[in-house]
Amino acid sequence: MSKMTLKTEGDTHVIVTRRFAAAPEAVYRAHTDPKIIQKWLLGPEGWTMPVCIHEGKPGGNFRYEWTNGKGHAFYITGELVELEPYHKIVHIERMHMPDPTPDNRVETRFDPDGNGTLMTMRMTLPDSQTRAAMLATGMERGMEASYVRLEGMI
Amino acid sequence: MNSLDGAFAALADPTRRAILARLAKGEASVNELAEPFEMTQPAISQHLKVLEDAGLIVCRVEGTKRPRRLAKAGIEAMDQWLALLRKALEKNYDRLDEVLSGMEKPRRGEKR
Repeated sequence: MSKMTLKTEGDTHVIVTRRFAAAPEAVYRAHTDPKIIQKWLLGPEGWTMPVCIHEGKPGGNFRYEWTNGKGHAFYITGELVELEPYHKIVHIERMHMPDPTPDNRVETRFDPDGNGTLMTMRMTLPDSQTRAAMLATGMERGMEASYVRLEGMI
Repeated sequence: MNSLDGAFAALADPTRRAILARLAKGEASVNELAEPFEMTQPAISQHLKVLEDAGLIVCRVEGTKRPRRLAKAGIEAMDQWLALLRKALEKNYDRLDEVLSGMEKPRRGEKR
């Protein structure tokens, strides 16, 4: 039941698509209301988001902080460039690990798709090396998650 | 240290990940690899040695040049980055499915 696609495009883009069984309005709200974001934008199992700030207006800021409760933590900050309810969000984000990563410009679209929504997220990184580093961060967190699962089994 | 540990250790460094990313685009000389970094050539060579020892890249001798390219394990590591990011995102969106199914109810209630 893999509804999501993830692929690289050219040297600097990453494209993610996903279908949801809810109207664009609901999916858009789930991406802009900090109380809702906090419930799902968590990454691998075992991580929580104790701090979730999202100003919800163009020119506004956002800040997400994650922790795994075992001394590992990191955060993302960014600016909201464009908010077009309930259709499009453009923002710029950087990860702090703790040094900030180069800007990732993310355009997220929500298009009606039958009774649901097709979300298309297009990330633009400054260069191919930054993109690789970003993808590798996913790798690290995935590894972290498998270690956590391993601990649970022993 | 087995080869898997070696590969994980080699990939823990952002410069080495960037070198792999560059090599994903094709073979490159040490000079070309050093160019984007503010590092001396010996420092880059040290990183290349770690990647080579981990089996992620291989070296070819061409006269005085020694261009590097990705080994099979290096290509697999790159694929794995995408796979693991995909897994983390999928988990997020599965959670979002649940959140969304809970959000539909109050909206229907608005029609009262």
